[in-house]
Amino acid sequence: MTDPIIRLSGIDKFYGDFQALYNVNAEIRTGEFFSLLGPSGCGKTTLLRTIAGFEDVSAGHVEIAGQSMDNVPANRRPTNMVFQSYAIFPHMSVAENVAYGLKARKMPKEQIKTAVEAALKQVGLAGYGDRASHAMSGGQRQRVALARALVLKPKVLLLDEPLSALDKKMREQMQSELRHLQRAVGITFILVTHDQEEALTMSDRIAVMFEGRIGQLASPQELYRRPVNREVAEFIGVMNFLNVSVTNGAGGTFDCEIAGLGKATIPAEQAPGGVDASVTAGVRPEMLTILSDENSRSEREASGIVQDVYYYGDMTYYDVQLDGVDHPVTISMRNTAGRTVLSRKDRARVGWGAESVLLLK
Amino acid sequence: MKSGTWFKLYIGVFLIFLYAPALLLPVFAFNDSSIVSFPLKGFTLNWFNVLWETEALHTATKNSLLIAVSTAIIATSLGILAARASSRYKFRGQKAVMGFIMVPLVLPEIIVGVSLLVVILQMGFDLSLWTIVLGHVLICTPFCVAILSSAFLSLDQSLEEASFDLGRSKLATFWLVTMPLVLPGVVSAMLISFTISLDEFIIAFFLAGTEPTLPVYIWGQLRFPQKLPSLMALGTILLILSLTLLATAEYFRRRSARKTGIEDAGGFL
Amino acid sequence: MSGFAKWRRSEEASGWLLVSPTLVYSILLLAAPLAMVIALSFWTQDYLDLDKTFTLKNYIEAWSEPIYQTLMARSLKISAFVTALTILLAFPVAYYVSFYVPQKRKPLWIFLITIPFWTSYLMRIFLWKVILGYNGVVNGSLLGLGVIEQPLSFILYNQNAVVVTLAHAWVPFAILPIFVALEKIDRSLLEAAEDLGDGPLRRFIRVTLPLAMPGVVAATVIVFIPTIGDYVTPRLVGGPNGLMISNMIELQFKKANNAPLGAALALSAMFLVSVVSLVFVWMNRKYLVGQK
Ligand SMILES: Nc1ncnc2c1ncn2[C@@H]1O[C@H](COP(=O)(O)OP(=O)(O)O)[C@@H](O)[C@H]1O
Ligand SMILES: [Mg+2]
Repeated sequence: MTDPIIRLSGIDKFYGDFQALYNVNAEIRTGEFFSLLGPSGCGKTTLLRTIAGFEDVSAGHVEIAGQSMDNVPANRRPTNMVFQSYAIFPHMSVAENVAYGLKARKMPKEQIKTAVEAALKQVGLAGYGDRASHAMSGGQRQRVALARALVLKPKVLLLDEPLSALDKKMREQMQSELRHLQRAVGITFILVTHDQEEALTMSDRIAVMFEGRIGQLASPQELYRRPVNREVAEFIGVMNFLNVSVTNGAGGTFDCEIAGLGKATIPAEQAPGGVDASVTAGVRPEMLTILSDENSRSEREASGIVQDVYYYGDMTYYDVQLDGVDHPVTISMRNTAGRTVLSRKDRARVGWGAESVLLLK
Repeated sequence: MKSGTWFKLYIGVFLIFLYAPALLLPVFAFNDSSIVSFPLKGFTLNWFNVLWETEALHTATKNSLLIAVSTAIIATSLGILAARASSRYKFRGQKAVMGFIMVPLVLPEIIVGVSLLVVILQMGFDLSLWTIVLGHVLICTPFCVAILSSAFLSLDQSLEEASFDLGRSKLATFWLVTMPLVLPGVVSAMLISFTISLDEFIIAFFLAGTEPTLPVYIWGQLRFPQKLPSLMALGTILLILSLTLLATAEYFRRRSARKTGIEDAGGFL
Repeated sequence: MSGFAKWRRSEEASGWLLVSPTLVYSILLLAAPLAMVIALSFWTQDYLDLDKTFTLKNYIEAWSEPIYQTLMARSLKISAFVTALTILLAFPVAYYVSFYVPQKRKPLWIFLITIPFWTSYLMRIFLWKVILGYNGVVNGSLLGLGVIEQPLSFILYNQNAVVVTLAHAWVPFAILPIFVALEKIDRSLLEAAEDLGDGPLRRFIRVTLPLAMPGVVAATVIVFIPTIGDYVTPRLVGGPNGLMISNMIELQFKKANNAPLGAALALSAMFLVSVVSLVFVWMNRKYLVGQK
């Protein structure tokens, strides 16, 4: 890997007395598709805007391509932004919008024209240059915004929830287009989103943010399979939590008694935050199985009552109340041929494995 | 009768009440009689001809135009600054400052007139057309601030940020993005200030030196019954002028709204 | 970066910098002159010379002389009547435009309502003289219809004429704020009231009117305060018994050459209308608790 394209070190941001960012540290790699993921109001936009230069940091430093951005205003940073509202200039045509930044660079007219056409083609808007920008649909405006930023060949493209205003179908189409576009141009993308599915499917790496802090920065797989704490685990996908008491913590493993499941020995790497009295056991719905009559009795088997059944066609989700636990756990099962779907109030045999249990704080 | 019918009847009567003076103005302007009262006599254009021949009227008109144009330019410029500050920036004491700037909106004009008169005389300045401009700018600025604030507020802030992000300076952003998009508001503010100033009497009467404005001139003439019909003709011209200006402003506002696709958010005031 | 440079870039500083020309203008030409008038009201004028020793003489005179008392009381009364009449006239119109006129036509209606306002101010007042006069439009019509046999004389050159003329001048300014307040009312609130069993009248009194009150209050203040300062209308249509305090203020400043007394009268009038307005606003706050 080459040097990081962006290095954020110790960033604090205050709005008056309100602290929006707390000591944010991160390195974003050259050419990667990076996402800032988190619930609404956690500071994603604020962080993106400090990178773009629209907000002064209260403490810490932003470095882009090895250069300190401390005194560099937004119009001289090698970043460009796709705004949430797209911010297409309504009094200019599509081509004028795309040419806007190039004109500031005093590029010759002919060159601008060629560049604009190439950029429009790249986003699938070839031939739309003369259209009035306000007559474009939401999806088209977004493409104009992309072309307008990409034509400047920034080192980093910043996208603030660019897909949230689109309807579901359009959004899914744009997700794959954005991904392809990013591979084609090779520019580092930083995407802000509150949609975990979007972040998981599109990104090389994701920073999950809560209340102004980065909770975890990792690849999608690692985030899902090895969340570092309860907060992250709950935000990414579904996670069942069960009370646990740790009886012995010697020799790199923990001997546990998990409520509703039973005894297990869990390796230390499945307890990323260490272990203390506040720790709970987390297990994903697909890591639990509903056992059928053919399955012989095994040691890793628990029992409970089916509370609710959600049938999705390819999958079935069960809410099962394990014996001795006061809240139900969610279990997902693929509906393969011959597997019977249980009903409410049925007794269920639940299979599990120690390798899929995490100890989280 | 249904309540809706009574309602419509009331609205009809109200509109007659509202329009009565404006409708009578042209009636008497073309009435071939030297007394302004019913019954009407024949049709004449004579009263408009009289206007052509009245030198004093022309001087007063020139004075008023000079005042109105100056007022429109100064009040709109002050309005742009204050409206921009109130709609884009947060600073301590903002509410108090903006409230203070808007005070002339509810202040009786006689107070404005009197207080400026006192200060100007105390400082030893002479009354002139410029002293009237000072007063008119004061009462027109709140109107400009109101119109321009809504223009600035309806402008998506990320448009300016996008321009800055694309490499333009703040100044270039202001001229290339902000100005074109708030231009209809600027034109409205200018035209409204112009119209208010052209018609303002109470302050002008206090602050006028030896040179009268149009309303001050009209006030002087109202005492002479034989002048009244030609004043009606003058009033008709002024009414048409005001309406033309307003219609022009509205036209430009609509056209730019259409061109930029921004939602039509109502008219003046 | 130095602290000062940082401050200069901050939002606070940019805001103040931008607003300062307008603010300075207002301070120099509004606050300073008002302060000057206040000072003046405590001085005395002897022909052309100003005696700058502090005295309450002007105020004592303004508040004790019967003529000033009469004028002040009459002015307050006329302003109050004008305000009440204006609101009564304006409310149904604002209501009609907001609730009965289709959305697309509303701007046109608002435009229609403001047009007469652009008739020359002096002409408008003068034309009311023509309308209300002995041989005027009203008398002519009524005589023609056979409703009356002698022209009515109580409609011009008295306080009624002043009230009607001023109400006409101010009514567009009352319609606009009330209209805006009515437009802000979420229509589903009205449906909810109906759904909960209110008839049209109860719904109006319990939901629409309270929610429209901010507009009514704004309209009241916008009309009531400036009305006290009009000296043209009373002069043209008021007759001897229709004169108001502003005519006296004008007289003191111009012909009588007693600016200090004029200043005391003007400030007293301002004080009275402000107090009345504040009481009105305060009462509305008090009786309409829980509202923004
Ligand atoms: N200009 C501002 N002034 C004050 N508070 C702000 C400002 N911008 C954002 N905030 C606050 O900072 C927090 C983070 O905002 P933001 O970065 O927009 O969140 P996100 O994009 O993750 O939804 C929010 O609580 C928000 O209210
Ligand atoms: Mg955001």
